[in-house]
Parts: sequence; C-alpha cells; structure tokens
Amino acid sequence: MVDYETHEYDVIVIGAGGAGLRAAVESSATGAKTALICKSLLGKAHTVMAEGGIAAALGNVYEQDNWQVHFRDTMRGGKMLNNWRMAQIHAQEAPDRVRELEAWGALFDRTADGRILQRDFGGHRYARLAHVGDRTGLEMIRTLQQHAVHRGIDVYQECTITRLLKDGDAIAGAFGYWRETGRFVVYRAKAVILATGGLCKLFAINSNSWEGTGDGHALAAWAGADMIDMEFVQFHPTGMVWPLSVRGILVTEGVRGDGGTLRNRDQEQFMFNYIPPMFAAETADTIEEADRWYTDKVNARRTPNLLPRDEVARAINSEVKAGRGSPHGGVFLDIASRRDADYIQRRLPSMYHQFKQLADVDITKDAMEVGPTAHYAMGGVRVDAETTATTVPGLFAAGEVAGGMHGSNRLGGNSLSDLLVFGRRAGLYAAEYANAMPNLPGLNGTDVDTAAEEATAPFDNTGRENPYSIHHDMQDSMQELVGIIRKEDELGEARERLQSFRERSRHLRVDGNRQFNPGWHLSLDLRTMLTVADLITQGATLRKESRGGHTRDDYPGPDTHFGTVNIVQRWTPDGAVAREEPLPQMPHELAALFEGDSHADSAS
Amino acid sequence: MPTAHLKLWRGDDTGAYQEYDVEYAEGMVILDVVHLLQATQVGDLAVRWNCKAGKCGSCSAEINGKPRLMCMTRMNTFVPGETISIAPMKTFPLIRDLVTDVKHNYGVARKMLEFAPGAPAADGDYRMQQIDIDRLQEFHKCIECFLCQDVCHVIREHPDNLNNFIGPRFILQLAQVAMHPLDTNEKSASTADHWGVDYCNITKCCTDVCPEGIHITDNAIIPMKERIVDESFDPIRAIGRKLFGKK
Repeated sequence: MVDYETHEYDVIVIGAGGAGLRAAVESSATGAKTALICKSLLGKAHTVMAEGGIAAALGNVYEQDNWQVHFRDTMRGGKMLNNWRMAQIHAQEAPDRVRELEAWGALFDRTADGRILQRDFGGHRYARLAHVGDRTGLEMIRTLQQHAVHRGIDVYQECTITRLLKDGDAIAGAFGYWRETGRFVVYRAKAVILATGGLCKLFAINSNSWEGTGDGHALAAWAGADMIDMEFVQFHPTGMVWPLSVRGILVTEGVRGDGGTLRNRDQEQFMFNYIPPMFAAETADTIEEADRWYTDKVNARRTPNLLPRDEVARAINSEVKAGRGSPHGGVFLDIASRRDADYIQRRLPSMYHQFKQLADVDITKDAMEVGPTAHYAMGGVRVDAETTATTVPGLFAAGEVAGGMHGSNRLGGNSLSDLLVFGRRAGLYAAEYANAMPNLPGLNGTDVDTAAEEATAPFDNTGRENPYSIHHDMQDSMQELVGIIRKEDELGEARERLQSFRERSRHLRVDGNRQFNPGWHLSLDLRTMLTVADLITQGATLRKESRGGHTRDDYPGPDTHFGTVNIVQRWTPDGAVAREEPLPQMPHELAALFEGDSHADSAS
Repeated sequence: MPTAHLKLWRGDDTGAYQEYDVEYAEGMVILDVVHLLQATQVGDLAVRWNCKAGKCGSCSAEINGKPRLMCMTRMNTFVPGETISIAPMKTFPLIRDLVTDVKHNYGVARKMLEFAPGAPAADGDYRMQQIDIDRLQEFHKCIECFLCQDVCHVIREHPDNLNNFIGPRFILQLAQVAMHPLDTNEKSASTADHWGVDYCNITKCCTDVCPEGIHITDNAIIPMKERIVDESFDPIRAIGRKLFGKK
C-alpha cells in the first residue's frame, strides 16, 4: 500500500501561469471548491517571461481596429489552419479580459488621453498590444496572482502532477509528488483543468524555463485525449545567441514594433527580400515606406520586419545558412541607430537590462545579435472551442497546452490574450461540469499504486545513465532533426534516436533521496518529454508540406490538401496513432473577411 | 576552459560547505556553473530557477555573502581562481542545499490590502495619466525574489519580528495599493494596523540588493511611514479621536 495524502475538490487546475490563474479565479467565483497546483512557486510560471503585450482590439490607438480585423490577422498568421471559432471567440473577448485585468490592478502604459496604450507587433494590422514596457507577463501574472489569493483559492506550490486519474472514461483527479519532500499526493476532483504551458525544453535552443517539459500534453495523451497540430512548433525569430549561456533567451518582438530592424553581416535590411505573396499586398517593399509606416499607418504599408514569426525565423535561418550572418551565428537587430537612447530605455527597459548585464551590450549604442529560439507549441490537447472541454469527460485545457487556436503559427501578443480568454472559459465550464455532478468520481487504488511505482522507479534502477545527459542528447537531436527545417530521412532518424533515449531512460541512475531532488524530477520529466517528442515527430513526418511553424525541406511549399486538414493523434500503449481530419468550416460572414486574399495554399 | 572553484552549502541546517571544481565556458553566469555541477557531479543538488534572465526571481542566493540572483551574476565579475561561496538565503528556513522555505511570504501576501477601484468612465475605460503611474510601475517591477526580505536586518537578526513586520517586499505592495490613483479603499486602510512599518529604520539594505533597482526605501517605505504618522499621530486628529471616539 502506497503512502499518500488525499485532497478533495470540485475543480483542480494544474499549472499557475496566466491560463491556470484565470481559470482558478473563474471556477472559484462559481462557488466550486477549487485548487491551483503548480510545479514552481506561485508567480514564477513562464507567463512571467512574456514581454511584448496582450493583443486585444481595444481600438485605443487606431479606432479602425475591431475584432474582425484581429480575427482576420490571427487566421492569416496561422495560415488558415486555426480553429475559426476559437480565433473568433478570442478576438471578441480579449478586450474585456484586458479591461478586467486593469480593474484588478494591472497598470498598463497609457495613451495621451489616459487610456491603455497599444503597441505594434508582428502580423497585427494595427497597434494592438496592451503592454507595460517590455514586462507585460510579469504584470499579468502578479495581478492575477494577487487577485487569486484574495479569492481564497487553495494553492499547492511546488507540487508536480505525474498522472491523471480516471474513473471509467471520465476524469477522477490527479496524482503527484511534493518537490520538497518527495511524498505523494492524490487530488480527487470532479473536473481537471490542464494549464501546464509548453514543451520547448525538448529543444537545445529554447526560450523556456525548466518547467516547459510538455507535462500537460503528455498527461492528456496518456489519459486518452485527442491531440491536434503537434507538428507546429514556433521558433521565435529573435532569441539571444551570445554569450552561449544565454543562447535562446527571448528578445521581444517589441524591439521591431518600436522601430528596430534586422540586418545581415553586410548591414542589409534583408527582410525586404523575404516578403511572401500572401502578405505582399499589405507589406512595404521599400525602406522608405516601411519607416514611414511607424507614424503613418493609413498611407504606408507595414514593415517586413513585422511579418509573422514563422516568416521572419525562416528568413534569418536562410541568411545565416547563406553565410551572411553575424559573428556568433545569428543576425543583427538594430534599434540603436534608429531610435534615441531615452526612447529605447523607456520602451524596452528589460531588454536594455538583459543585454547590459548578460552580454555586455548597450542596445542604445550597438546592435544585438539574435537568432531563432524554440518558443511556443501551437499544437496541443484538442478542445471544444466554446468550453475548452477535451475529448476526455471532465478534462479541460487552456493556454499553450491546448491546440487549435493558433493554427500553424501564433502571432505575438495572441498568447497572453489566449490565456485570459480561454483560461476564463475553462474555469467557467469546468466548474459548470463539476457543479452538475453530485458525487466525486471513484478512486481506483490500483491506478494510484501504479502511478507511485512508476514515480519511484528511477531509484530502483541499477543502470548508470545520467538523466541530465539523456535530456541534453535528446535536445540536440530534436534541435537538429525536428527543428526549424525538417525532412523525411532526418525525421526517421529522429524516431530511431527517440527509441534509444527511451531505452537509456530505463537504466537511469538517480543520486540522493526523494527530498527536493532535481535529478529525480528530471528523470520523471523525461517521460513526458519523450512522449511529446514522439507526437511532434510523427506529426512532422505526416504533414508533407511547409506551413507556419512546420517547414519541410523536401516539401518546400504549402499543399492544397494539407491546407484543409488537421493531424489528430491519440496515444496508445504502442505509441501515437494519427489521422487526418477536415478543418471545421467557418460561416459565410466570416469567410467573407478573406475574400480577395492570396491564400496560403497558393503562396510559395 | 576556465575552472570555477566553488564552496557551496550542501544539506539542511545540519549540513556544511563542500568544495567543487567546475569547468565552465566564457560568458557564463553562476547559475550555469551550478547547473553544470548538477549535471556532471551532484545530480541531486537542490536549486530553484525558472527564467534564467532575471525576470522570475527564483534563483536567489548569497554569493560571497551578498544576496543576489544567481542568473544575473556573471563569472567574469570574479577574480580568476577565487573561491566563490554560494549559500542559501539565511533569513528563511533551509530545506536543502540552496533551497529555502519562503512560504511565510505567501502567507503575508494573503493578508495584504486588496486594490479596490471605483467605477470606470461612462465609455467603460479607466483614465490615468502616465505621469501619475510612473512611480507605481516602478513598484510593479518587483519579481518577488525576496532578497530584500532576506537582507532586512529587522527580520534577519530577529526572526520573531516576522509576526509583526511584513518586510520591504510587502511595504512595497502596500504602497502600490495606497498610491494607486483608482483605489477607493478608505485612506486609513493602508495604515490602520501599521503592518510593522515603524520597525524599519531606513538602512536601505533592501534597496541596495534589489535586482530590479527599485527605490524601495525612498519611494515606498518612507512615504508609507509618513502616511502612518499623518494618520495616527496628527495631534488634531488625536483630539478628534478623543472627542468623537475612535473612528
């Protein structure tokens, strides 16, 4: 018999970033007994790293902006693969979610008439991102955190969930361990909300914290939920590249939104050479027009520096490959020669601080060196657009762990708004589901025993494999073979290597005991990462085209057939099983917004 | 590759410093070196971190006796060959190695005064001028690394004071609510039970260690002290209280 403590709730929320906090607030407000469980301390989730802002068509800077324009930008940014209904709900509800955050204490930068200021960002037609300098994520998480703790929500910090528990087909709770003591804990719950964020710790160069190990993706897959669009991983075009120790750390798109431009070794503004047909009609093709656009959005077209992230990341990759990169294998991002020092320090204080302290670069005087970094998973758990319900009864998902909203590529700023819009909906509908249920689902003791056994298994091994080395090797393999540019034979090799990592991970050696032991924690995270790596690699193999965050060297253009389907995966004891499903069709009045567009299918 | 010579605390409060040599690469910070040590020599080395960019406030420690973020302490700031000591924050109970129990802070957070705005303008928007929120935005930069709580001698040398004194991080939060232009809490709500603000004797240690450069003492603590004096010790108000009873 395993020793564990038990807690009972109507709704538990796993993950305490923006989506988890917002979900917990909403669930608790319905009267549902709600718990929030997080892997780190409260307020440290990866949301804290978000820099640029929250995309919402408030229309404070350009009154022409509205939800239809935001919806259109989002769909086009995702190369039309998005779940249209999610993109619509997101665009419609984001402004209210931002205003609500302000009423809870967030202090956004202001317009001259005292309203919330909005900034330019890639792929957004109008200045749309509500922001606080370049530390918007910190503002958002702290505001939600302070609001949540005053609602009396129970918070379980530094507690990692390793398995979801079910009663028959439906969700029944979750199993996990306390990081501090290594002791086990069972949460019995009527509904579970996954808000675990992303998975980019799979890649060697990434912008994520230690938590981004795809826990929620794997937990849902193991519980039998449908996964969608897993092949789409966003490589943010601008991560730091030097010094090596900071490689991957994010440089906000706000640098380009506020006037910065990308240059190659020859000082050429190379983005003008990479304007795809899909965006040609609304993108400036001369430096003069692009520079004028910053102050005249009516008569000038937007700078190609602010094309969607997938386009910019591919362009940087091409420049570096062609030998026109910067000394440390990136390109230059220059705002120093384009804006005065006061402006830069006021608009981008964290970037100034980050480069000064970590790289010895004064961004008001010198150009930054930047390159692509694994940043965000577009794919995730398949959810119902209205309710965020997954295909497992009682299991809901919101934020990065959920798939569909962003299609094949997410626009900057659409993540924070996604967290708020669908975090709230997850809380609301999970609570509705739970409140309609008279009793807690049953607890299957055998499942708890199994979960406990697999959690302690790394201590029982007799092998000599170091979990840190396996993780390191897996990151290199994913980066090299399933990274920005992919092809058939390399994906095949990636699958073989994943098999060897799985084999090695059966022979781990873990030092020490169960008390706050990162080596043990990582050995458990390896299980989630290997599962998620399988899903991504399989999806990437099946999608024989290039679109958004998925670029195939052997299929360089978009494909008409693949432009009409999502790849849906389900986990089985023998691994992932995939199928194609047609995209949901949007109603005429929304489809009309795209009339006359050059579609992704015909774009090169 | 250069070699770092580390003297690092291992174990709980009955533990001891252990010494390690770690090879590292140019441009690294202390946290990188600690991670290298963890990956190659001490797999169970307990350390907190998240963002590795000075934004989450997880990797607080005392490096050569100074409270700092490990992720923002570059190796080239040390003399080559120097022994670098890395210890957990002293003020909080030790869990293991570099990880301390900071729960107390989250308990204080639950008791803090909550922001309560009035109604927005007729168009649904709140109006605030940038100039009126500049100082508050400075307070909002706090990353909750708790280094200010760690260094504050009111708590560090007298842990019992934690029962009466919220500490610099939370005086900052109090000021954040009290000075918010939209806040409608009774003016006295932020000062009513004093929160122990008078324990602070303005040595500015908190300001010195703040990795965000927030002027905690000058911009938050001193103004809050002044409010408390105004509210509680104003002689005219004191007479008023005598005559009309305590409000």
